Amino acid sequence: MNHLDRLEAQSVYIFREAYRDFKQLGMLWSIGKDSTVLLWLARKAFFGHAPFPLIHIDTSYKIPEMIAYRNEKALEWNLNLIVGQNVDALANKQTYPDGAIDRIACCRALKADALKHTLDGTWPRWRLNHATRQLEPDTNPAAFTGVIVGARADEEGSRSKERYFSPRSQDHDWDVADQPPEFWNQYKTDFAPGTHVRIHPLLDWTELNIWEYIDRENIPIIDTYFAKPGGNQRYRSLGCFPCTTPVESPSQTVKEIIEELRSGKFANIAERSGRAQDKEDGGGLETLRREGYM
Amino acid sequence: MERMNVVIVGHVDHGKSTFTGRLLADTGSLPEGKLDQVQAWCAINSRPFEYAFLLDALKDEQAQGVTIDAARCFFKSDKRHYIIIDAPGHIEFLKNMITGAARAEAAILLIDAHEGVQENSRRHGYMLSMLGIKQVAVLINKMDLANFDEAVFNRIKDDYSQFLTSVGVKPSAWVPVCARDGDNLISPSDRMPWYTGLDVLAVMDAFHKELPAENLPFRLPVQDVYKFTAQGDDRRIVAGTIISGTINEGDEVIFLPSEKRSKIAKIEGFNVDPRSSIGTDMATGFTLTTQIFVKPGEMMCKTGAANSHIGTQFKANIFWLGKTPLVLGKKYKLKLGSARVQMGVKEIINVLNAAELSSEHKAEVGRHEVAEVIFQTQKPIAFDTADEHPLTSRFVIVDGYEIAGGGIVVENRSNRTGYTARLEFDSDWQMTSIDTVKRAQRSGHSAAIAIVFGDHSKELSKAIEIALFDTKISAYRIGASSPLQWERLVEMAYILADSGQVVIAAIAGTAHDVVAVSDPLSRFSIIPIDSDHCNIDSALSAIRGRI
Repeated sequence: MNHLDRLEAQSVYIFREAYRDFKQLGMLWSIGKDSTVLLWLARKAFFGHAPFPLIHIDTSYKIPEMIAYRNEKALEWNLNLIVGQNVDALANKQTYPDGAIDRIACCRALKADALKHTLDGTWPRWRLNHATRQLEPDTNPAAFTGVIVGARADEEGSRSKERYFSPRSQDHDWDVADQPPEFWNQYKTDFAPGTHVRIHPLLDWTELNIWEYIDRENIPIIDTYFAKPGGNQRYRSLGCFPCTTPVESPSQTVKEIIEELRSGKFANIAERSGRAQDKEDGGGLETLRREGYM
Repeated sequence: MERMNVVIVGHVDHGKSTFTGRLLADTGSLPEGKLDQVQAWCAINSRPFEYAFLLDALKDEQAQGVTIDAARCFFKSDKRHYIIIDAPGHIEFLKNMITGAARAEAAILLIDAHEGVQENSRRHGYMLSMLGIKQVAVLINKMDLANFDEAVFNRIKDDYSQFLTSVGVKPSAWVPVCARDGDNLISPSDRMPWYTGLDVLAVMDAFHKELPAENLPFRLPVQDVYKFTAQGDDRRIVAGTIISGTINEGDEVIFLPSEKRSKIAKIEGFNVDPRSSIGTDMATGFTLTTQIFVKPGEMMCKTGAANSHIGTQFKANIFWLGKTPLVLGKKYKLKLGSARVQMGVKEIINVLNAAELSSEHKAEVGRHEVAEVIFQTQKPIAFDTADEHPLTSRFVIVDGYEIAGGGIVVENRSNRTGYTARLEFDSDWQMTSIDTVKRAQRSGHSAAIAIVFGDHSKELSKAIEIALFDTKISAYRIGASSPLQWERLVEMAYILADSGQVVIAAIAGTAHDVVAVSDPLSRFSIIPIDSDHCNIDSALSAIRGRI
């Protein structure tokens, strides 16, 4: 077994534990490379299927190619897609791009709050109808008790302390000081009513591992990660366009990106350096993560 | 390049985070953004920069000044990639230390040269032994506070190595360091010329990768059985991760505790080349040649090999992390391999005080204590003992919603002699004077004991009783789900049969448990009925044929 085989086996094991123990299980799909690898690993675990809904929080400020890619793959791979959004904040123009609030407050409203209320079913959410190929109001408001998320320990400080199975309180709080023990591949799969558990199959993967696996498995990835022929700009990390800047890089293929990460200009530059909100939260993103941010 | 997880453990304030931070800095392993971020934070908060801050990325940790959780960071030497797990040293966070240490293949244990061996130096040493981490290096840190004195180093080394030997840990190296200044971390220190051994980085590179458990007997805890019919997939796939050994298409397998057998038809997978053989640590799935009913939680073994024990009682060494103590008379959930079963404590043999290493007899196991305990499960499960197969001897204990303890099975204490149907009474007990033959002549049928087992034993046994009774047969049904009750159940069945009844005894067990029921005097027919594979008609004809 090489290191990718090991990472894959561990992630598959975690997926199967989650599917066995959580009846209301969903997976966040941000359309980025990590959650697309996550989706691929789900299909590894379940022999070609993704037997639970995929949840996307649409801030309305996503890079437009992301929504097109999402809809295309959801139809092609027969995915059960659920979409949530903070409709009120957008209608009342209470966002950072509208000039109403700062970046952190905007992340909280459009991502953390939208996610929280999409997961617990208290805000309207939409489900992809494969027959009509349209998003339609979801008529089943059940709360998710298990949510699979593509967080990686190497991304930034707070994520390096996550558990594979991380409980969240009724208010979606993350109690960093009192996390469950994890050993011998046994995880917290029992939970009190009203609480839920975040599940992190990618915790041990690094950014480089993600690209190596994309290369090995030939996983189709949204093309905003690649520079256009002759161009020198691409996204390294995908988010909302007002707060995410492309990086200077001519990489047009997965192999070129891997080379760049191994020994090139990105070998020693943090992946989320293009994400403005990280810097405004004391570098830890911890405030947001405690409140439910991914 | 290979990867290795190494955990850093030791008593609080003995310098684990400082060591890790300095090691990352000296090996040039920090991402560019990281150091700036932490230095900026120090500047804003008017704090002098410390290497420990690199790891204590969370704000409340910096405020408290202690590591509360096992943070992971990455670096590489010329030999391999390391994942460094910085475990907390404070007793309050023992569960986090265990979480960190359990992921590791090797451990670095730090002891403050000034303070010497402390309570958690011992406790952590003990936990490493229990968690099965064989490779340990001990660093005597803060040598500057001991004037870089070799005598101090030797004194602590002698003291602590005695303790480690007693718990079965043999360190691969002892290194004197001053982590803050980088002495002996990646190059020899000129402040301790008397030390001629390897520097810490070389010690780490000398750790070897744990060999996969390929040479141990085949074990695969069945994690789930999938049939994605709604997605148009008719395969019935038994899924799980191979703990040890290798398996090939065509191999005959046995599932424990049900003892059902089948053969591997095909090794299944998604986006992978077809293969006819698969080995240790792979997460995989199989279709079988026969449609047998197998449940998640069973242990898949190979037939004809050394297989797991089946039992309901075992002795174990445990550590307890729960906020409330482990007590007798309470229901807990056992998770071992993929099995989940209710269990209780049958006996607390003794409780060890990890700080003083004394053992005492206590009625309960408190938080952070280590104990020897006998457990009783409600249903039979498959397990191994630690000396036979360490990986499948490990389990956790769930109290309410929380994982509250862990342990290793050291001995199968199940009643392997079975449940003997017998009549043992005091000498003044008065017995019937009518023998069984006469009773059979009167009623028109012999007495018998039908033991209905499996998942549907309750429903099937009820139906059998009614059907027999309706055809004028003296039938009497009894049942019990807990193995604790089975001995009594068999005894009652024997008395009822002695009175001429056809007894239908329902148990939630397996064929294995029925085999264990014996009638030493062979007075009655014992008729096993598998409720998972038998309908009412075949059950009735099996009984009618024997009475």
